[in-house]
Amino acid sequence: MTPIGAEGVVLETTLVQIVKALVIFGVIFSVVPLLTLLERRLIGRFQSRLGPNRVGPGGLMQPLADALKLLSKEQSSPATAVPWMMAIAPVIIVATAVTTLSIIPFGPQGAWGGDLGLYGIDVSIGLLFFFAFGSLAFYAFVLGGWASGSKYSFLGAMRSAAQLISYEVAIALSLLGVAMTAGSLSFVQIVEAQDGVWFIVPQFVGFLIFMVAGLAETARAPFDLPESDAELVAGYHTEFGGMRFGSFLMAEYVEIISVSGVATACFLGGWHGPGPVELAPLWALLKIFALILFFIWIRATLPRLRYDQLMSFGWKVLLPLATLNVLITAILLVVT
Amino acid sequence: MPEPYTPADDVIAVQRGPEPGGVGGAYRIFGATLKGLRTTFGRLAEQPKTIQYPEEKTPVYPRFRGRHKLQRFEDTGLEKCVGCSLCVAACPAECIRVVADENTPENQVSAGERYAAVYEINMSRCIFCGYCEVACPFDAITMGHDYELADYERSDLIFTKEMLLADPIERTPLRREGE
Repeated sequence: MTPIGAEGVVLETTLVQIVKALVIFGVIFSVVPLLTLLERRLIGRFQSRLGPNRVGPGGLMQPLADALKLLSKEQSSPATAVPWMMAIAPVIIVATAVTTLSIIPFGPQGAWGGDLGLYGIDVSIGLLFFFAFGSLAFYAFVLGGWASGSKYSFLGAMRSAAQLISYEVAIALSLLGVAMTAGSLSFVQIVEAQDGVWFIVPQFVGFLIFMVAGLAETARAPFDLPESDAELVAGYHTEFGGMRFGSFLMAEYVEIISVSGVATACFLGGWHGPGPVELAPLWALLKIFALILFFIWIRATLPRLRYDQLMSFGWKVLLPLATLNVLITAILLVVT
Repeated sequence: MPEPYTPADDVIAVQRGPEPGGVGGAYRIFGATLKGLRTTFGRLAEQPKTIQYPEEKTPVYPRFRGRHKLQRFEDTGLEKCVGCSLCVAACPAECIRVVADENTPENQVSAGERYAAVYEINMSRCIFCGYCEVACPFDAITMGHDYELADYERSDLIFTKEMLLADPIERTPLRREGE
């Protein structure tokens, strides 16, 4: 079997790849609970409150308490539901969200010696991989919403589907400019192409479009219509209880990390930064963290869009802007 | 054919910004977003307004009407209440019960001829209107500042005379003048 990999890249052994997969899982599932706490405390501070600070020092045990609460809850489902579909929807969403993370590069191959690349896997079609798993995630929304047999879930699922399709196009076009400038779809090669100037400079419009569409892709405020609690109870995961509901929440946070990771790799120079090459993962993590903080800041600031505003913004503003950006990039690339 | 609508002179047309869609709307959204981000960041920079309740308490105003207190004379230590039952008559919630008794030279409880042998306030009925305080001719009953009156049993909320005479266990913080 020939492993998939970008051209001219020495692939690691299967053992190393298994270890890396385990590391990604372990790190993600320990970081996500802390991220939920960080978000709640930060939003508290943005609203002149303290946020949860009772359980453990500074509220550090709050995610653990929440997880225990969710685990001990009943897994109820309505009489009209399709139980096995309800069971696989959270699995799909967590699996797709975590898989996307495997292509986020944290450092070049050999930064820490040997053939070890500081990324899950360097696929030659990195960007397509990202889009593919982003699109697969919405099977989980639609399955979960439809299988619940509840009108609120179904409405939420339909909204998610419409929103994801609308913004998927803009996100793809915004990254197309980067792919054209770098001349590759592999994230590692895209980052290596930013050795001098980060792509945020020539592709600033693309960066803005990606950030807005990324917010919509992860269904975060102000684009959190799929789960708008004022109108739809909770959207597609209304009927989910216990840790199944927790999985949907967790997947949302994993998606935030992966969108931040892609933005870092494609626009903010990935692992590039001052200091020796061994510090590469630190720079990548710092940039990802800064973007996550920005996402939280946005959530604390903006109210939710109306549905028609969401659609008209996506199709009438973002899509033409992204297309124009790609066109101008293409013309500039041909001319220079 | 109906007359076309012509607004009167005093009608002011609503000023609307550009529609959310389109280029003008996008520009407006961008500016407004930056403004909003600045506002929330301002909140982050200042201290939180939270009062951490069990440790910190909300200060009350000096005239706050909390749990009642029965007063004694400071010099003699005798009770001010003479068992006249005017507070019972004034109470709209009918939560006060007074049984009066005669003072004797061996058992001088209050300054007058009679004293309250039983003085009970049912706190689960009390509406904290303060009428008892107004009705009292000797300022024997006053409204205190305690507001932490929750309990597990209704029967525990009937405050006896001893409980009303005793000082509160914890002092409730008072708000300063003009705060």
